Amino acid sequence: MNDVAVETRHLTRRFGPLVAVRDLNLSIAKGEVFGLLGPNGSGKTTTIRMLCGLIAPTEGTAIVAGVDVREAPDRIKELIGYMSQRFGLYEDLTVAENMDFYGGIYGLEGPSRRGRIAEVVAFLGLDRRLNQLAGTLSGGWKQRLGLACALMHGPSVLFLDEPTAGVDPAARRGFWQTIKQLGQTGTTVIVTTHYMDEAERCGRIALLSHGHLIALGTPDEVAKQVGGESLEDAFIILQERDEQEQEA
Amino acid sequence: MKLFIPMFRKEFIQMRRDRLTLGIMVGIPVIQLMMFGFAIQTDVRHIPTVVFDESRTPTSRDLIAAFENTGNFHIVAHVDGRDALDEWIAKGDAQAGIAIPHDFPRDLARGTTATLQVVVDASDPLSSQAALAAAAGIAQIRNLAILSAAAHRTELPLETRVRPRYNPGLRSPNYIVPGLVGVILTITLVLVTAMAIVRERERGTLEQLIVTPITKTELMLGKIAPYIGVGLVQMTTVLLLGRFVFDVPLTGNVLLLYAIAFIFIVASLAMGLFVSTLVRTQQQAMQASFFFVLPNILLSGFMFPRQAMPAVFQWIGALLPLTHFLKVLRGILLKGVGAAELWREIAILLAMATLLIALSVRRFHKTLD
Repeated sequence: MNDVAVETRHLTRRFGPLVAVRDLNLSIAKGEVFGLLGPNGSGKTTTIRMLCGLIAPTEGTAIVAGVDVREAPDRIKELIGYMSQRFGLYEDLTVAENMDFYGGIYGLEGPSRRGRIAEVVAFLGLDRRLNQLAGTLSGGWKQRLGLACALMHGPSVLFLDEPTAGVDPAARRGFWQTIKQLGQTGTTVIVTTHYMDEAERCGRIALLSHGHLIALGTPDEVAKQVGGESLEDAFIILQERDEQEQEA
Repeated sequence: MKLFIPMFRKEFIQMRRDRLTLGIMVGIPVIQLMMFGFAIQTDVRHIPTVVFDESRTPTSRDLIAAFENTGNFHIVAHVDGRDALDEWIAKGDAQAGIAIPHDFPRDLARGTTATLQVVVDASDPLSSQAALAAAAGIAQIRNLAILSAAAHRTELPLETRVRPRYNPGLRSPNYIVPGLVGVILTITLVLVTAMAIVRERERGTLEQLIVTPITKTELMLGKIAPYIGVGLVQMTTVLLLGRFVFDVPLTGNVLLLYAIAFIFIVASLAMGLFVSTLVRTQQQAMQASFFFVLPNILLSGFMFPRQAMPAVFQWIGALLPLTHFLKVLRGILLKGVGAAELWREIAILLAMATLLIALSVRRFHKTLD
């Protein structure tokens, strides 16, 4: 029964009259790499923020790693990792200091913190950058360090909010290989993106528009549901439909 | 409170790495102390004075010498008419004028009232008050001498002996330097912590921090803790310079002073933290801090006596931690009083520190909406 990492039930969030997310029902299995896809303003980031306990749902709820976001948003924080679009790094701290800090505020102490840092450093290949200031890293390395910090406490669910903004294509490919590895070791990864090639790499995706769930399934299934040859077609069809609806 | 320590360490490393800010925080006390200590003299001396002596007699020259001997007046010129005297003052070349009329020595000799005119430039209230007081003093002494001689008395009928306690020389540095400790701490500490939360918000690290299990209290205390050390270093700098450059006494229990300063520093940092929860950008934080600095200098009693202010401003002053810390500073450093005399200030500062931290924690939300 415990194969479900994230489940949302009628999850809804309003900002005044605007409904950012409407009646969202999702069930994401452990170890899945799940993509939230949609144009800007479709509700991707709001969804992620609700699942992380950063904002409260207006209606409905979500169970993340076995914890209800309404009941214990603080408990959830120990179980999940989160990386924002800006990676959340302290640019005036070194790579090692950033990891040490995040390890520390996730409650790792002494030898267990050092051990975990060594593991993450080896996993992400950060060993030659340890004493470099985070501010002097390239986009790709910043992204890796951001991921390292989000992984310090070995979260069971990892949220990535547009993780590849400002990162070159080669680094993006490497990053996705890492994501795949994480999924294979049982970490659930939920990622928002508006890059089609990235969405294709997800096991399943949810296509959102104006806070509605439009389609759900593997990238191919989603493309067919919307009525396009590829995911990119589907995305464009969706956007055009949105514009027509707004005019009507 | 376990997660306080990594937060504290991170803030400490960041503080140490920001050499410019740290340098300014340690440099400001030195520069301010030198400026205030040397430049601000509340007892005004050497007022440039112009003299119009119409009588030109030994009596009048004697009188002018008496003016100069007080040290308050410095004769810069002798002129030949009232118009010229007025012109010197109008131009600002002199701030006081002494006019001795033609019949001054004759009236004096006759026993009728001799008149002497002192003109002051009251556009500078501090100097003109000092000049008026000194002039009145000279006249009084002269009167007494003349009357005593006429009455054939060798001794004065009445003498007031004034003893200025706690600052016998009435030296300005003794008054300014202890106050400056508090003013410098307030200005620098409020400013540095006002930036604390907004900087994380602007750099995008706050979003990352609030998805971690750290509590609001751990976050707040971790942020201010490294600066307690900076505050104590600043205070030590000012006290040492005050002692060895300006000869300001350290009369009382210095350990007690540091203990109370610790509370005051926490209160000031918490006040900055509170500002930080009110503003959205670092620029706003800067403006808000400057807005906050002015009442601290004007209403705390650092430069102007609080008891002379209208009640409303006395109340506003009472809301500032600095007002209470100034009493502690002057009390311990100049009067040598102890905890028994200062318990009320200690209690108020403790209450303020606790309240401000609680308010900041309450204002700060670990969510993004």
